[in-house]
Amino acid sequence: MTTFTDPYASSQETTEGRVYSVTGGDWDSLVTEIGATKEERVVLNMGPQHPSTHGVLRLILELEGETVTETRCGIGYLHTGIEKNTEFRNWTQGVTFVTRMDYLSPIFNETAYCLGVEKLLGITNDVTERATVIRVMMMEFNRISSHMVALGTGALELGALSPMIFAFREREKVLDVFEMISGLRMNMAYVRPGGVAQDLPQGALAKIRETVKELRHNFKDNEKLLIGNSIWIKRTQGIGYLDLAGCTTLGITGPVLRSTGLAWDLRKAQPYCGYEDYEFDIPTTDTCDVYGRFLIRMQELEQSLRIIEQCVTKLEKLEGQPVMVADKKIAWPSQLSIGADGMGNSLNHIREIMGESMEALIHHFKLVTEGFRVPAGQVYTSIESPRGELGVHLVSDGGTRPYRVHFRDPSFNNLQSTAAMCEGGQIADVIAAVASIDPVMGGVDR
Amino acid sequence: MSKNGMFGASGSGDTSGFGGLVNTTTVIGSTQRPFGGYFDQVADDLERAYPLFSDAIEKVVVDRGELTLFIKRDRLFDVAKILRDQLKFEMCISVSGAHYPDEIGRELHAVYSLLSITRNQRIRLEVCVSDKDSHLPSLVEVWAGTNWHERETYDMFGIIFDNHPGLTRILMPDDWPGHPQRKDYPLGGIEIEYKGATIPAPSQRRSYK
Repeated sequence: MTTFTDPYASSQETTEGRVYSVTGGDWDSLVTEIGATKEERVVLNMGPQHPSTHGVLRLILELEGETVTETRCGIGYLHTGIEKNTEFRNWTQGVTFVTRMDYLSPIFNETAYCLGVEKLLGITNDVTERATVIRVMMMEFNRISSHMVALGTGALELGALSPMIFAFREREKVLDVFEMISGLRMNMAYVRPGGVAQDLPQGALAKIRETVKELRHNFKDNEKLLIGNSIWIKRTQGIGYLDLAGCTTLGITGPVLRSTGLAWDLRKAQPYCGYEDYEFDIPTTDTCDVYGRFLIRMQELEQSLRIIEQCVTKLEKLEGQPVMVADKKIAWPSQLSIGADGMGNSLNHIREIMGESMEALIHHFKLVTEGFRVPAGQVYTSIESPRGELGVHLVSDGGTRPYRVHFRDPSFNNLQSTAAMCEGGQIADVIAAVASIDPVMGGVDR
Repeated sequence: MSKNGMFGASGSGDTSGFGGLVNTTTVIGSTQRPFGGYFDQVADDLERAYPLFSDAIEKVVVDRGELTLFIKRDRLFDVAKILRDQLKFEMCISVSGAHYPDEIGRELHAVYSLLSITRNQRIRLEVCVSDKDSHLPSLVEVWAGTNWHERETYDMFGIIFDNHPGLTRILMPDDWPGHPQRKDYPLGGIEIEYKGATIPAPSQRRSYK
């Protein structure tokens, strides 16, 4: 047997025979180095069923330790085909669909859609002032309820439970107002092409005044809980940074854009629904971070209350004015009223069409089943929703149904900034950044 | 364009007697100068900044107080870049699509809404491509925010945006067949099977036809 000297396996004679021990060379140090440079790269799927991702949002995070190196969003889990569905229903029925898109701001969806239909019809200036003021008031109430969810769930996701309880308490008060006016708390389909579904009920303005007073008082509780709270500040200041250049190239609007110091609000810049007649401020911060966006939402609550108060004053003067355009070929023929089971036809109207006037019955039938015709063309209308620019692209081919309805939802667009806000930060800060965008998946996926 | 029937029904489905009606739809033609408002200013600025203006623009439509520039697709990228850099349209707010099966050779339209914060103005770009060659240049390089909008338009209409960094479906599942927002795609799309019986897709039911 021939033997040779192995540089890595020295041998020694023992009582049990020859023993080789495999050592030597630089293997030891080499193995240590592998351990040092080995990538701790983990790809983590957060969501779509995760309590902190604001709905069915799937975040695909690439991590190195606790640091996020790459972020991607997976969306579409709540796609319901609302845009396609509206093409198979008449223009008025479209309201019932679009109100379900961004379910936290139904009145905004409805108003943006109706402003578009009215522009196509050329009746923008025929909408009565009372209807417009009611729309503004409902929108501002809706902005409050939406911001309350944004603030409450945002705090909850960062571990603060109490602000959520307080925020939802305030939101309930706003939903009570919605229920009193429209019969429904969410997805009201209250704003209709040509005006609103029905006038305010008896005693509504007094109740609204009272609610505004309560809300203003209670908002202070929320401020006390979060503003100046050292944990909250540490979790939000300097987190989710996105500056003006980033916002512009990504098309970001709303509180995220205003947190860069730019006072861009469509209510001031390109007024609609008579917003130029109201006195209110646009809160901004220049911190570009989660804390700044939170402060903006807090301050916008007070501005919304200011607008609502002005609406109430206006509405007192506009008592008795109709809330729907006079054109009988557009206005819904029935006289709606709120019954025990929500909004429905008033008994007087049913008595008229069933027992008294054949023409009224024909008219009712034609307008309800077939709907009105809208001249061919396309429009883009946009309003300032709680999350930014809510745009509606409507195309009509001259028929009784929309040819194309496209919603430019601010959540859909703003969610693109997740990567810019999160990459390079800690994984825990992803939650804060996403919460500050305030995406509503119903609007993102439509 | 023309459309038959009052309720859109054909064959025996319509018992109303309105099935024989023929409604013609007007196609809005090109607008001549002056356009009115700030639209002349935008057009002037674009002509000055882009010498190939008359070659790049198919038609200009001013309707209901909104300006639409119909751009040839080969020039879209250049025009977009000039609109951003020189005319200060900093934001591409949205990309939408529309399917017009009757417009042979230009069935698919992509509609871009642009916003200038500096000028406080809005304009709209529209590009038409044919169904068979549905390619458009991607504008992600110009406005990064068009990324998801283009993916959505691809998902819904099948318009392919060349040079897009990751043109995949965004709302529908990755393996979904067809593009749901096209007019030849039925509502509901798939038949529902339940215990051996098949329920037709909603668009195949009489009331929707």
